[in-house]
Amino acid sequence: MTQPSEKEALARAAVGAPGPQRRTLGRRVRSTVSAYGFLGPAMALVFVFFIAPGILLLILSFTDLSSANFNDPWNIIGFANFERLFTDPFFPKILRNTVFYVFTTLILFNLGLALVLALVTTSIPRRTGFFFRLVWLLPRLTPSVVYILMWRRIGQADPYGIYNQLFPEVLGASGGNLFLGGSPWTFVILTNGFIGASFGMIIFTSALESIPKDLLTAAKVDGASMWRIIRDIKLPLIKWPLLFIATYQTLSLLTSFEYILLLTDGGPGLFTTEVWALTAYKRAFASYAGNSQWAFGATWAIVLVTVALLLAAVYVKLFKFNELIEEPRIENL
Amino acid sequence: MRVELENLSKSWDGVVGADNITLDIADGELVAFLGPSGCGKTTTLLMVAGIYKPTGGTISFDGQIVNAVAPKDRGIGMVFQSYALYPHMTVFGNISYPLRLQKLEKDEIRQRVQQVVDMMGIGDLLDRKIAQLSGGQQQRVSLGRALVKEPQLLLFDEPLSNLDARLRLTMRGEIKRLQKDLGITSIYVTHDQIEAMTMADRIAVMSKGVLQAYDVPEALYDRPKTLFVAGFVGNPPMNFFDVEIVQADGDFRAKSGGIDLVIPSDRAEKAAAVKGKVVMGLRPEDVDLVDDTSPATEGLTLTGETTVVEPLGREDLVQVSIDGVEMRVLVDKTKGVRVGDNIELAVNTTKIQLFDPETEQSLLWA
Ligand SMILES: Nc1ncnc2c1ncn2[C@@H]1O[C@H](COP(=O)(O)OP(=O)(O)OP(=O)(O)O)[C@@H](O)[C@H]1O
Ligand SMILES: [Mg+2]
Repeated sequence: MTQPSEKEALARAAVGAPGPQRRTLGRRVRSTVSAYGFLGPAMALVFVFFIAPGILLLILSFTDLSSANFNDPWNIIGFANFERLFTDPFFPKILRNTVFYVFTTLILFNLGLALVLALVTTSIPRRTGFFFRLVWLLPRLTPSVVYILMWRRIGQADPYGIYNQLFPEVLGASGGNLFLGGSPWTFVILTNGFIGASFGMIIFTSALESIPKDLLTAAKVDGASMWRIIRDIKLPLIKWPLLFIATYQTLSLLTSFEYILLLTDGGPGLFTTEVWALTAYKRAFASYAGNSQWAFGATWAIVLVTVALLLAAVYVKLFKFNELIEEPRIENL
Repeated sequence: MRVELENLSKSWDGVVGADNITLDIADGELVAFLGPSGCGKTTTLLMVAGIYKPTGGTISFDGQIVNAVAPKDRGIGMVFQSYALYPHMTVFGNISYPLRLQKLEKDEIRQRVQQVVDMMGIGDLLDRKIAQLSGGQQQRVSLGRALVKEPQLLLFDEPLSNLDARLRLTMRGEIKRLQKDLGITSIYVTHDQIEAMTMADRIAVMSKGVLQAYDVPEALYDRPKTLFVAGFVGNPPMNFFDVEIVQADGDFRAKSGGIDLVIPSDRAEKAAAVKGKVVMGLRPEDVDLVDDTSPATEGLTLTGETTVVEPLGREDLVQVSIDGVEMRVLVDKTKGVRVGDNIELAVNTTKIQLFDPETEQSLLWA
């Protein structure tokens, strides 16, 4: 909108005509109303399915609700659950497991393998690349129970297990039961990584394919080797997808437990592959001596959600995601 | 550096990009590849650059076959229509990139970049991000990046197509001057024939992957060897008529409907051997409006009714219907021709072109 001259404004004021300010205000109200109109449905969903349960969970974590005292639901017991959580003898182990599981899977598979797959399948003929990506998506299309059952068949204890029968000497398994006694983490990370990589692969592939061909030609002419093109051109140009996947996958690994539940159920032995989200699930829904400790489970969950939110905030700051959101070039009408 | 292409071909299962291109480029020469969209200019250029592998034929630099040499070892610099600047680097980062890849000393890099930006007049932009530059500035940076490694061969792929008309004019002169001063052999791909005519020492006219003609600009304009070249080179394009060459009273005449022109015998004799119709070409500028100051001569005029008048500034582009055959001519604006006028045109018949309608080859410049 053009700035009205001073004279015009004075003239308007003199005759009491509506000035531009007034019109702008009316417009602003209208555009605010319509903005909330558009945001409304999504906001309602977020409230019903995230904020409201979150608040309930928070309240729950201050009670002692369990299947044993179901008749006295909202009995507030203060911070007792939190105390119990942080003094749990297995708390350090679970924390270490979670950090190890999240970052190893993230770096090796959800980012690393995804990037390698995307780089490779975009450098070979299109159809071949498409085919390999499709193959890599199969686990995602398979029901998790079926997928994990297949892995269990592969990693089953000696003398069963496809792996133990084919390569009994590799990976230090030396005829023992590789799956249970040998390296359960390998399997936990592989099962999660193979599925997790496909998400990053799809995102990175489309990001890589949107790099203009001319840029790559220019780099080749400038004398860049394949490795230098990846390092100097491709990676910087897919920086945002990389950071996005890193953030998103950290959070989703942090809160996912179903594959571990199905594969090892946190074992073998005590808490060997138990992660935080699995503990929360078990405390709330698996019965300990016939008692589901809903409130204690809620406490594990609420601490995990808090950690996840903090991590998300750190990522957003660290990776400067606000730089992604540019002021619109179109002026407000 | 001398460049020779011999029977160079490229196809992708069935799709022909370039078909048996043979041409040679002398040291220091600027050759334009000219042709309509999709005719294989970029394909040929990318083969010279080493990005595309030829499916047939050879590329030689100074007599050495370079088909198997990697792009980075060919000593080439390349400038793109899209500029192809690295958006995450500054101007300095872009121009210095080829030198950084050669692992030169920091001081030498700085010095050579400085030299190039001074030459291009972009010294004050070194710290800018690419997104903060205008199109013209970006193209200068891109040219700088191509020049900084002191290439033996410069490849341009429609470098000026994204610029506005005025800037294109300036850059045209600048590139030409730089190229001559530095004496770098260059291939310049364009679909703009004015660019090709003004900049190139020789022009390779291409169509559907085939090299149609390769000659100096004047020759392509005055002595086109094929119908395609005659129609493609020149703007507005040449007019074509199907005529019969007949001999009467010692004169050769081109006849067809409302057309009856006396053709100079040196040109007509070559066409007389062809039985039946030939294609006669006449450029829009090779006619004059007949009026009091320039009277008509029998056998050298055409008459018709104007159907469209497009003012081009200095001249009017006038479409004339000559007994149903449409023809475009350029007429001095001051003559004030209007739609619906009946006009008489004096034809400069010494400029007439004649083609065989079957082979589409020139009958004059075989
Ligand atoms: N990578 C490719 N795969 C298949 N066909 C291709 C490929 N590159 C070019 N072609 C085909 O080869 C022909 C020549 O293309 P080219 O890009 O050389 O045209 P051009 O003369 O540069 O056109 P323009 O002026 O539009 O840039 C076209 O028919 C095009 O479709
Ligand atoms: Mg092209």
